[in-house]
Amino acid sequence: MAKRIDVTDLNVYYGAFKAVEGVTMTIEPRSVTAFIGPSGCGKSTFLRTLNRMHEVIAGGRVEGKVMLDDQDLYAPRMDPVAVRRTVGMVFQRPNPFPTMSIYDNVAAGLRLNGVKNKKTLDGIVESSLQGANLWAEVKDRLNKPGAGLSGGQQQRLCIARAIAVQPQVLLMDEPCSALDPISTLAIEDLVGELKNEFTIVIVTHNMQQAARVSDRTAFFNLRATGEPGRLVEIADTTKIFNNPSEQATEDYISGRFG
Amino acid sequence: MSTLTREGRAAGESRAQPRSGDRLSDQHDQQPPDEGATPPGGRPDDAALEEMGNPHHGRAVKDAAARVVMWGAFGAVIVPLVWILYTVVSHGVNLLLSSTWWTNNQRNINSGDTGGGARHAIEGTLMMAGVTAVIAVPIGILTAVYLVEYGRGPLARAISFTVDILSGIPSIVAALFVYAVWVTTFGIERSGFAAALSLVLLMIPVIVRSTEAMLLLVPNELREAAYALGVPKWVTVVKVVLRTAFSGIVTGVLLGLARIMGETAPLLILAPYTKNFQRDLLHGNFPTLPMMINQDRGDIGFATAAERMWGAALTLILLVLLLNVIGRVIARAGSAKT
Repeated sequence: MAKRIDVTDLNVYYGAFKAVEGVTMTIEPRSVTAFIGPSGCGKSTFLRTLNRMHEVIAGGRVEGKVMLDDQDLYAPRMDPVAVRRTVGMVFQRPNPFPTMSIYDNVAAGLRLNGVKNKKTLDGIVESSLQGANLWAEVKDRLNKPGAGLSGGQQQRLCIARAIAVQPQVLLMDEPCSALDPISTLAIEDLVGELKNEFTIVIVTHNMQQAARVSDRTAFFNLRATGEPGRLVEIADTTKIFNNPSEQATEDYISGRFG
Repeated sequence: MSTLTREGRAAGESRAQPRSGDRLSDQHDQQPPDEGATPPGGRPDDAALEEMGNPHHGRAVKDAAARVVMWGAFGAVIVPLVWILYTVVSHGVNLLLSSTWWTNNQRNINSGDTGGGARHAIEGTLMMAGVTAVIAVPIGILTAVYLVEYGRGPLARAISFTVDILSGIPSIVAALFVYAVWVTTFGIERSGFAAALSLVLLMIPVIVRSTEAMLLLVPNELREAAYALGVPKWVTVVKVVLRTAFSGIVTGVLLGLARIMGETAPLLILAPYTKNFQRDLLHGNFPTLPMMINQDRGDIGFATAAERMWGAALTLILLVLLLNVIGRVIARAGSAKT
């Protein structure tokens, strides 16, 4: 249930503007890879190219290759909708569907794709909520609105919703930046558990968080505003934080800029 | 970095706790704004404190002036409204309480006679509004969906511009257009349906604009959330976007209905009044409440006709009100829950 991602020489554009340049990296299955770097360095943009969410924005396009095991995500015949079923995503701000109950939110991905069988749905909703460490808190109020939960619970609801469609890879775009420390801890613990099943990529502004949750860390940077962001280096998290190969990484980690 | 902050503080105020100094050392990425260094507004503490205890400078005067203007505007709006309602209700309510008003038509009742009812016109107005809505609502909502969710470039701009023009068309021009096409060119007789067609032209822009506004209010994050679950775009639009905007769209439809139910010009041109029941929209004259008002206004010298006019006016107001209440209930049942 987890796949390797191989990115080769990827350029990402918004219209004529080149946002990210020349990224080559391998993301290992059943592990957590963290993307760190200053604002505007293209880490979120790059993350969104991994499930083709990038092209939802007008003018968004890429050059280069993204392989999910042996499938080319940008092959001409590849359906972006199918890609997103395989590579799920959790966003910065919790975004449960406001018209839906907790149950309906978790079941949304399946229901909107035509799964109707009540028993199947019940089973998946329970296992997904358990997978997101939310089941115990909400099992007695599954029919209450999802928007009535606390911020941290909402984010775990969104994680449950994402894993309910049984993806291979889970992308997380600063999933804790809108949450308090307790909720953040809950999500971080959850990430540690989820990596047994999924390939996880997490963008974070918080370097302690990257150090806590990830196995490998990629540092992105940009030379100046207006320049495209680049991947400076990717290595085991302990190496990045203790003995990075690049001076720029060390400067960023140690707080000399950014 | 932290020592600098503390020094800056120590000079200014002694109350400042060194709390943010500790946080800075383990959070490189989020630097809280340094509140202690400069008080808000850049004034020294004393001046701010003095003003707190003594607010009667220019601001209290401005506050009072704004209050007067606001209440004045409120009154300017509410007085005519209450006046109209009072006039219509006081003149028309007796007829509405009579036994035949809701059941009979005006057949064989002359201007000077009493009796009869408005059933024919009520039915006619509701039928015509219903037919208009059935045609205009899908077109209007789909146009708005195109403009917000799909439309890019010159075609979308052209459509948006057309809708703007359409919303500025006087109702009598819309009626003349339908007359030119329906009667003059195709040679079909005037009818309730022809009038409904001209009302469609008036209702579509109202629905497009209100639906558009509601769709734009749906946060983009919800669309992205659905896409990220592998939901195709059209399903996202139907099940997430339209669903989330549902109550707002219903309100827009009601506004459109209220607008067209009181229209009279298209009816004058395309659907002449009859005092009989008429359930055939495609042939012959057609009774409606605005036309009933118009008919009795022509004979306002008779007290009976005048009373009927007020009665029909009150009935029309009540119909619109009733539709509004029904719409609110529908909208509430389908709106976002928290």
